[in-house]
Amino acid sequence: MITVDARGRSCPEPALLTRNALRQAGRGEIHVLVDTETARDNCIRVAGREGWQVQVLEEEGTYHLVLTK
Amino acid sequence: MQRFFASRWGPITAGAIIGILAALLVLWGNPKNMGVCVACFERDIAGALGLHRNPVVQYIRPEIIGFVLGSLVAALLFREFRPRGGSAPIIRFLLGMFAMIGALVFLGCPWRALLRLAGGDLNALLALAGLVVGIGVGVLFMRAGYTLGRSTPAPAVAGWIMPALMVGLLLLAIFRPVFGQDLPIFASEKGPGSQHAALWLSLVVGMVIGFLAQRTRFCTMGAIRDVLLMGDTHLLGGVVALLLTAFLTNGVLTWATGTPYVNFSFTGQPVAHSNHLWNFAGMALAGLSFALAGGCPGRQLFMAGEGDGDAALFVLGMIVGAGFSHNFSLAGVPDAGNVVGGPSIYGQIAVGIGLAFCLILGFAARMRRQEVKR
Repeated sequence: MITVDARGRSCPEPALLTRNALRQAGRGEIHVLVDTETARDNCIRVAGREGWQVQVLEEEGTYHLVLTK
Repeated sequence: MQRFFASRWGPITAGAIIGILAALLVLWGNPKNMGVCVACFERDIAGALGLHRNPVVQYIRPEIIGFVLGSLVAALLFREFRPRGGSAPIIRFLLGMFAMIGALVFLGCPWRALLRLAGGDLNALLALAGLVVGIGVGVLFMRAGYTLGRSTPAPAVAGWIMPALMVGLLLLAIFRPVFGQDLPIFASEKGPGSQHAALWLSLVVGMVIGFLAQRTRFCTMGAIRDVLLMGDTHLLGGVVALLLTAFLTNGVLTWATGTPYVNFSFTGQPVAHSNHLWNFAGMALAGLSFALAGGCPGRQLFMAGEGDGDAALFVLGMIVGAGFSHNFSLAGVPDAGNVVGGPSIYGQIAVGIGLAFCLILGFAARMRRQEVKR
C-alpha cells in the first residue's frame, strides 16, 4: 500500500505529491494524509482530474483520503 | 454552500466581488487604481507606525485588519481555525521582506497589478509578465522537490496572535494616541496615504473580502502557479473575474460620475512609473518570493487569520520590508511629468540581492523524501 503523508506541507506540495504518486502508481489504492481543509480539497480535485475515486475519513484533525482506481 | 465555495464558482465569485468592491473603494476615497493593494496598504501601516518616515504613505489601512479578521471569522464558523507553524519561519520572514521590496519597486502587489490594468494602466502588463516569470521559476523549483518542511500544530494561543495584533492596530487607528512630541501614529496629509475611505467602511469591506477569500482559497499567485504546475485553472477563474469586474465597475463609475476611471496608457498613471525593466523585475522578485512561500500577500493574510503562524511571519516580514524600502529608498519613484521614475540604484541592487536569495533558497531548500511510504 502506498501512503502519502503530506501533513504540515504548504501549498502546493500536498497536491503535487498526490499527483506524482497517482501517476506513478497508475492504478490501485493510495492513501493520502493531510491536515488542512485546503490541502484536502486540493488533493480531492487532483484525484478527480486523474480519474480516481475518493473516500474521505477524518480523525483527530487529520484527513485520511483513500484514493482508488 | 460549502460545496459551492469549493467548486470552480467559489474563487470566481470571490474574485468578482473583490473586483467590484476594490473599484468602489476608489469612489469612496481610496487612491486611484488602488482600491485594495496588500503591499501598498501594509507599507502605509509601516509608515503609520513610524517604521518609515515617507510622509505621503502613512495610514493604518483597515482593509488589512479586515482581511485577517474576516478570515478568522470564516475559519472559526466553518471549523477551519488551525493554529500551526514552525515551517522555516526565518526564511518565510525574509521571503516576506523581499516580496515587499520587489512589489514596491513596481508599486503594487498582484492585486494592484490587476486593478491597475483594470484602470487602463498598461505598465501592469509588464508587472504581470514579471509575476508569471517569477512564479514560473518557483514552479521549476517545486518540480525539483523544493520544500520549506512541515509545519506542526501549535497551541491555540499561537493562532490568536495575528488577529490580536490586528485588533491592536485597529485600536491605534481609532484612538490615534500621541506618544510624545512628534511621536504620533502617523497619517499622511497629502499623497496616497491621505486618500482613504471611511475607517468603518474599509474595515467592513476588508472583512467581507477576508471571509470570502478564506472560504474559496482565493490566491493570485496560486492561480498562475497551479496552471503552470498542474494545468489546474480552478483559482485562475478568480483572478480573471477580479480583472473583469473591476474593469466593468470602473466603466460604470466613469459613466455615472463623469470622471474617468479608465485611461489606457503607459504614462500619466496614478502612483505608477513607466520604467518597464523594473516593473518587470520588481514583480518577478515578488512572484518568486510568493511562490516559494506558498501564497500571494492576500492569501498570507487569510492564512494568518486561520492560525498559520508561518504566514503571519511572512506578513510581518512584508511590513518590515516596507520600512527598509522607504528608509533606504528602494521603492520605485512615480513618473513626474516627462521624467520616467523607477527604483534608485539601491532599489535595483536590492532586487538583485532578493533574486539571489530566492535562487539560492530554491536550489538549497530540499529535504530527504520521506513522505511516500510503500
